[in-house]
Amino acid sequence: MSQGSLLLFGVLPYAAIAVFIVGTWWRYRTDQYGWGARSTQLLESRVLRFASNVFHLGVLAAIGGHVLGILVPQSWTEAVGLSDSAYHVIAVIGGVSAGTAVCVGFAALLYRRIRYSRVRVTTTRADVVVFALLALGIISGMLATLTNLGDSVNYRESVGPWFRNLLIFNPSPESMTGENVSFIFQLHVTLVWFLYAFWPFSRLVHVWSIPVDYLRRSPILYRTRTSRTTRPPRPASAAARIDVGGQ
Amino acid sequence: MKIRAQVGMVMNLDKCIGCHTCSVTCKNVWTNRPGTEYVWFNNVETKPGRGYPRDYEDQERWNGGWKLDGKGRLQLKAGGRLKRLASIFWNPNLPTLDDYYEPWTYDYEHLISAPAGDTQPAARPKSLVTGEDLDLQWGPNWDDDLAASKVSATGDPNRRELEDKVKIEFEKAFMMYLPRICEHCINPSCVASCPSGAMYKREEDGIVLVDQEACRSWRFCVSGCPYKKVYFNWNTGKAEKCNFCYPRIEAGLPTVCSETCVGRLRHVGIVLIDTDRVEAAASVPNEHDLLDAQLDLMLDPDDPEVREQALRDGIAPDWLEAARRSPVYAMCKRWRIALPLHPEYRTMPMVWYVPPLSPVESLVDERGGELDPDRLFATVDELRIPVEYLAGFLAAGDPEPVRRSLSRLAAMRRFMRAANVDGRVDAQIARDVGMEPSEVEDMFQMVAIGDYDDRYVIPRRHGEDAPDPFGMQGTNGVDFAGCSVTGDASASTEDTLASPADAAAAARFDLREQLVHRNGGSDG
Repeated sequence: MSQGSLLLFGVLPYAAIAVFIVGTWWRYRTDQYGWGARSTQLLESRVLRFASNVFHLGVLAAIGGHVLGILVPQSWTEAVGLSDSAYHVIAVIGGVSAGTAVCVGFAALLYRRIRYSRVRVTTTRADVVVFALLALGIISGMLATLTNLGDSVNYRESVGPWFRNLLIFNPSPESMTGENVSFIFQLHVTLVWFLYAFWPFSRLVHVWSIPVDYLRRSPILYRTRTSRTTRPPRPASAAARIDVGGQ
Repeated sequence: MKIRAQVGMVMNLDKCIGCHTCSVTCKNVWTNRPGTEYVWFNNVETKPGRGYPRDYEDQERWNGGWKLDGKGRLQLKAGGRLKRLASIFWNPNLPTLDDYYEPWTYDYEHLISAPAGDTQPAARPKSLVTGEDLDLQWGPNWDDDLAASKVSATGDPNRRELEDKVKIEFEKAFMMYLPRICEHCINPSCVASCPSGAMYKREEDGIVLVDQEACRSWRFCVSGCPYKKVYFNWNTGKAEKCNFCYPRIEAGLPTVCSETCVGRLRHVGIVLIDTDRVEAAASVPNEHDLLDAQLDLMLDPDDPEVREQALRDGIAPDWLEAARRSPVYAMCKRWRIALPLHPEYRTMPMVWYVPPLSPVESLVDERGGELDPDRLFATVDELRIPVEYLAGFLAAGDPEPVRRSLSRLAAMRRFMRAANVDGRVDAQIARDVGMEPSEVEDMFQMVAIGDYDDRYVIPRRHGEDAPDPFGMQGTNGVDFAGCSVTGDASASTEDTLASPADAAAAARFDLREQLVHRNGGSDG
């Protein structure tokens, strides 16, 4: 195994995860004011209706597909009586449709952001980086799916174990260089680590604020005037200088 | 019974001349920042008219406020919580900037820098969002004073069922002004709509606020508020709203809009609310009963039992005294001359209005403008502004509360005229409208004279209850990224230029710069 493979499949993942975790903690601690979805629906609503719904639903489906394909071992699906070929049919149909939704939705969002000057002026540098990283991740992922319609690459015997080994701190970078991995899979995996590394410093943090608590809380909330002072005061000038969510 | 104090405001529409001073002073204090150019926490709209944002009162379209579900339970009109989360990627009830207006300035620079030519240079309108040329189609108070009324007044949602009564023909036209701020509702639908729990009512005074650090940009408060008084700052991606000038209220001062009101028509005070019965009151089946249900929540501050419970619930004695002297309680409940805006939204709003006594149409015509004061009371239904129209937005369509209010106002005029001109106290005039002569005199003192200390009875906050006053240093006020006007000047400028939107705004306007210098460039 070359030094390069070790770097890409053994070191880069941990570096990205470390930046992701520490970055998220740091941003949450220091930039509550910048933490959010930064909706632009006020400025343009018509195209967003299609673009945002298709993109987000596509992404949710794609995440589900990744969980099934990467986190769930092949032995488990076989244990419940799902053969590899049956799995692959499901994966291709699900993957292609989810991927198409993500691509179309993303393209529509990109078009909207460029075409409507009101939306364009709200675009921050962080947004540009996120859009670029998302584009790379989405295109490479879609290509990986499309080039593997015939199941020539069984990523459940390579990428899957490699990823699970990362999570249990038993890295096996050699899994990513074997015969069960093609270049496009290697590329997709590598590019996406950069997206994770940048995640905490972008508007993508809104994902961690999915308001599940809303479903069980009291409809009308009260707070005492003094309740906020129990929190340590924020260094105002420092907070104002943090340039992450785009301020 | 659980008693809390709640701030409220009453505006006497008889006195509003539509000068917009309240709007301008409010804007200069709170919304003169990039991202809030289009935001007017306080606005004054001409009625009949379409309002701001356009047609905001049409809840069939915007689905703001509350409704009763099939089983008679209170539910947000936009649907249940799951439905809200399901539409989090795209909110079907959100107005766009065009429903308010795209804010603009003029290219004044061009007037000076244009090269010599055959024609005078013109200052073209430029969008304050994009900096591009703007083809003006709508703006704040586009329909002020019935301007463009063929388009605007006929679109008034309150008017649709009164086609024959609300005339737009010149001879029969009427208009009035309606200043609006956030209602600081007892049952706020914006708070119930917020998925992240960033919006809340303050226990001490009921002011509804947005926690800027907890807001996650889900924007359901904007669509959930039927009055459209929660706004979306397009620059910061956070919701902002009228905060009842809480820093002033805490110091015992009236809001900026009240303080600067030329007509001195605003009254600010507190009322004691029984918070245990709010849901029941907001759930009464008949919309016409909502007014009485809300009045029922406002407890009598002279009742010994109420006072005892209030003290037990932590309300300070000086606040009880303020509740006793409250102009809001007096006008809403004691005299019943003030009415809530759109009670049918079931939000239990706390900014109420004294309806305007307009000229009596038939008498004006017959007698060349001379009013016969003795007939005024009998002719409330002949007022130029139809009672039904006022009832459409002040009483859920029920004309009776409006009639009572106008009759009492008219009776007060007759009573005081008899007393001051003829020198006789005619108790019958007061009794005809169900009041005692002393009550009418008190009402006259409040409504007609309106001394500063009568209009504003605002108890100061009890600062001594703060656990750590030192910890609060620098934590209040609008002083953070995207908002700072008094903070570290150099940091603010850097921030401004960091975002393209800000940079554009700064280049065009550089308002913040001016403000920083005006404030002496303090580095907070």
